[in-house]
Amino acid sequence: MSKSRLLLALAVPAMLIVTPLAAKTLVFCSEGSPENFYPGINTTGTSFDANSQIYSRIVDFERGTTKVIPGLAEKWDISADGTVYTFHLRKGVKWHSNANFKPTRDLNADDIIFAIERQWKESNPYFKVTSSNHSYFNDMGMPKLLKSVDKVDDYTVKITLNAAEAPFLSDLAMEYAGIQSKEYADAMLKAGTPEKLDQEPIGSGPFMLVQYQKDAIIRYKAFPQFWGGKAKIDDLIFAITPDASVRWAKLQKGECHVMPYPNPADLDAIRKDPNVTVLEQPGLNIGYLAYNTTKKPFDDVRVRKAFNMAMNKQAIIDAVYLSTGVAATNPIPPTMWSYNKSIKDDPYNPEAAKKLLAEAGYPNGLETDLWAMPVQRPYNPNAKRIAELMQADLAKIGVKAEIKSFEWGEYRKRAQAGEHQMAQLGWTGDNGDPDNFLNTLLGCSAAKSNGSNIAKFCYQPFEDLVQKAKSVSDQAERTALYEKAQVIFKEQAPWFTIAHSVQLKPVRKEVVDFKLSPFGRHTFYGVDIK
Amino acid sequence: MFRFVLTRVTLIVPTFIGITLLVFVLIRLIPGDPIETMAGERGLDAALHERLLQEYGLDRPVLVQYWFYLLRLLHGDLGRSIVTHKPVIEEFASLFPATVELSLCAILFALCLGLPAGIIAAVRRNSIFDHGVMGVSLTGYSMPIFWWGLLLILLFSVQLGWTPVSGRISVLYFVQPVTGFLLIDTLLSGESGAFTSALSHLVLPTIVLGTVPLAVIARMTRSAMLEVLGEDYIRTARAKGLSNFRVIAIHALRNALIPIVTVIGLQVGLLFTGAILTETIFSWPGVGKWLIEGINRRDYPILQGGTLLIGAIIMTVNLLVDVTYGMINPRIRRPR
Amino acid sequence: MTVNTSTITKVLVRPAEPPHPFFEFYSYFRQNTGAVIGLWIIVALAVLAVTADFVAPYSPIVTNNAAFLKPPFWQAGGSLAHPLGTDAIGRDMLSRLIHGTRLSLLIGFTVISISIVVGTTLGLIAGFYRGIIEIAIMRLMDIILTLPSLLLAIVIVAILGPGVSNALLAVAIVLLPHYVRIARAAIITETAKDYVTAAKVSGAGSIRLMVKEILPNCMAPLIVQATLGISTAILDAAALGFLGLGAQPPTPEWGTMLADAREFVLRAWWVVTFPGLMILITVLAFNLLGDGLRDALDPKLKS
Repeated sequence: MSKSRLLLALAVPAMLIVTPLAAKTLVFCSEGSPENFYPGINTTGTSFDANSQIYSRIVDFERGTTKVIPGLAEKWDISADGTVYTFHLRKGVKWHSNANFKPTRDLNADDIIFAIERQWKESNPYFKVTSSNHSYFNDMGMPKLLKSVDKVDDYTVKITLNAAEAPFLSDLAMEYAGIQSKEYADAMLKAGTPEKLDQEPIGSGPFMLVQYQKDAIIRYKAFPQFWGGKAKIDDLIFAITPDASVRWAKLQKGECHVMPYPNPADLDAIRKDPNVTVLEQPGLNIGYLAYNTTKKPFDDVRVRKAFNMAMNKQAIIDAVYLSTGVAATNPIPPTMWSYNKSIKDDPYNPEAAKKLLAEAGYPNGLETDLWAMPVQRPYNPNAKRIAELMQADLAKIGVKAEIKSFEWGEYRKRAQAGEHQMAQLGWTGDNGDPDNFLNTLLGCSAAKSNGSNIAKFCYQPFEDLVQKAKSVSDQAERTALYEKAQVIFKEQAPWFTIAHSVQLKPVRKEVVDFKLSPFGRHTFYGVDIK
Repeated sequence: MFRFVLTRVTLIVPTFIGITLLVFVLIRLIPGDPIETMAGERGLDAALHERLLQEYGLDRPVLVQYWFYLLRLLHGDLGRSIVTHKPVIEEFASLFPATVELSLCAILFALCLGLPAGIIAAVRRNSIFDHGVMGVSLTGYSMPIFWWGLLLILLFSVQLGWTPVSGRISVLYFVQPVTGFLLIDTLLSGESGAFTSALSHLVLPTIVLGTVPLAVIARMTRSAMLEVLGEDYIRTARAKGLSNFRVIAIHALRNALIPIVTVIGLQVGLLFTGAILTETIFSWPGVGKWLIEGINRRDYPILQGGTLLIGAIIMTVNLLVDVTYGMINPRIRRPR
Repeated sequence: MTVNTSTITKVLVRPAEPPHPFFEFYSYFRQNTGAVIGLWIIVALAVLAVTADFVAPYSPIVTNNAAFLKPPFWQAGGSLAHPLGTDAIGRDMLSRLIHGTRLSLLIGFTVISISIVVGTTLGLIAGFYRGIIEIAIMRLMDIILTLPSLLLAIVIVAILGPGVSNALLAVAIVLLPHYVRIARAAIITETAKDYVTAAKVSGAGSIRLMVKEILPNCMAPLIVQATLGISTAILDAAALGFLGLGAQPPTPEWGTMLADAREFVLRAWWVVTFPGLMILITVLAFNLLGDGLRDALDPKLKS
């Protein structure tokens, strides 16, 4: 082949694929590459953002709220005892297509059953494909909860539970429950490339995947036959930009329209930019410093109280969170029901702290460690810097704190094993229930080795209240119990509560109707651009 | 000649096996396992953790794991990433062109400036120009490039707004990878804007990555030229009345090029070190950044496979340089 | 970042018996303005490092909640209280830079000491005993040289955990091969010479022979390599710090300071500019000195 012909052969397909810029393109400067395109095994918001545009779910959260609305199921019936859910599926739901696969049928009950069984039954040929670690499915307690999933007819699915579970519908609206095409799965299994199901996804959602280049770009196109009607934008682009300052620079230049996780230091400038609006909403989270209550000297409540008074919370907010966080008093965020507004935070008072420390038997101060996460978390933009501030404050009351850090997986594991004296950590809520914070993070069962309660706090009066609140169904009664529990929490001070981070989203003015998700996700169906 | 090449190749094989073993063992020594790292705040129950370890074959003794790894390696299988579950070789192949493109541009940049600067400095020895070039190149050689990159971003992207801040091309251009080299792909696509965009994204990273090689090449060229210019045959050429330009451009440079090319060839490893930093600063989607991420996520297969592939590439380039040098200069063919 | 190998070999073949080695060296050295400047800068930095506790106006780790990110004094909003401004949590930049000098010089010298001691020992062993020992040592060095130095250092730090001492060790290991090679090459050249044979014949033990007769003869290239190696060590340690794997906060290491300052690139140029400038100046000074030493110890290049 001559050189010019070779060139031509290369050039022609390239030219065919290059499309002229579509009328409406929305660029989202995302913070990282997704792990893959199978939400069932994903754990990060980054991955969920990337694949929730592609898939539909049985039910959905209404955009911007936690309210469950119909998705692939038009309507559903729940049996009187709350254990049998019958879903009536929408008809005529079309699948995407790509180079590997052209769908021959619409979405039906088989796909729904496949999506559940893939995560549930080890016998399913796809159970181990890509990974068998279906984290959220397990975390939501599905393996224990599900009794059977049956196909009544092509468009009716019956799910039977072992016990009534109020949040079951919300669980099905989460990203991990995205529905994949069984026909595609079967075809790929036959072709001997089952992993393609998760790498080159076929969904029935509002956007279809066109191109993915790791660490660079994800390109979607609006799916014209989407069951809810074609999206208002034509092209959706995720420009993967890990550096927060760079994301802001790109937003400023108009190279992208929406960006997550702005750098706290840039916020003043961002707010001043006339082309940008900053949307904000307090997040369902808490960042804290846990004292290991089983270890000396923190087994003494006076020491914990003294430490709480010695550290200047406002300075931490000012230096690290800036306007991306609000000082935390209670272990649950203020937007959550049962938040006790009457509790006063421990005042910053180094003198009193020193006195209290002397009373506890440490007139000359003491030495301790102070753990800081090696990574940025949604509830804590910079644990190391916070640790430095705490260290400096503690030095003033004679406490020598040594900052320690480990690789992130190791960090959590060691903290859960209780190897620390003081360790920073935090939590992002799953479903908005106080039990998800107070019991999960401070209950006695979680205080056991390897539990999430890294303060190893197990205090009977507190435990009794929380357990009782779990067993009653009346919300007013539960509220009263949780409010009391928060009072005890503050008296016992197992944590230095640091802050609740605020979800901030700089959005360019030409973007219409972008809504913040209470779960911190980014949904682009329904968003328009001027 | 054949024997020379053969000995070089046989030297490479044990080194390569040594690398596989060293890398394998070193990486197993890193505390923390990838499964824990992925779990986030919630953690993982012990039974599931055990099962997953088993699935990835991480529960067997290290030497057994190594043996299976070697066996698979012989079939060209480097394993799959634990995070993305894609084959390592596939991920490497999709990111490597970006690194190569950047590195080639950097070397080209270094050559275009370094060669002439070194030659002129040698010819005008001890002139102000000579001192200037030597001073600047020593500064370049001493440059912490991660800082240099930040400064250039600060000046050209932020203050002046001339260049984009990061990435390879504006996201608005959709160029299907054909060769993986964006400069070529954008030309093939026929969109002039795309090519300009790719080029403008390349400018700063090229300068940053090219700085150290530029300094090395300028210094090397100067000293090689000085040596050649002192040789008898140059004096003879001059005595014969050949023009100064001909003497320098044809006779002297041709001979000085041998050590210069050798030095460039041996810079590959150094270049890669620079690429790790440059890619980190500019969010350049190449293998350097990929490896750093692999370390942070404890993604063993990526680290292992990536390090091996890079080691192999560096060794191959070194071998080529060695052999070429041996062909040009028979004296070193003698066994050492 | 290494000195190219050809210059090393050149140093090795210097004339056997220069008339007055030290004076000849000194006179060459003095002529080299760059080297003298480099030396003075290093002396100044060393003085700063030693007296940091007295010279620095503040403690490098004490935070000031009232002065976050204050600019240097010549800019609006800055004041002479913090001549070079403050960082994100109100620490005085000048004081941190001064204390950073101490740390960087310490890192440079320690790394080189470890590399030289371990490296020359390995090199001497390889060159003296030859055979299987030599092959093992040299192959290992080849491996270390083949892998990109920063990548290897990162893996080592990942194993040992981040921190100054571990970063230091990682850089030392990465720099080893150069010293091993120099020492081995020197010993092979020297053992072929008459005086070594003579010493051997007269019954000198092998270890004594190595230490007393051969080692001094490869000092010159080692000194040059060491001086240049310090700059490499400082650069590599700073690079590790920049990637978050070197010294940990609040240690005022320059690379770590840069990493910490990255997010303020758009807002506070001083937290980014000064630490890098210090790295550049220090590394440049050592390179100037190393170049000067090489030229002075190898007069042939000067001809």
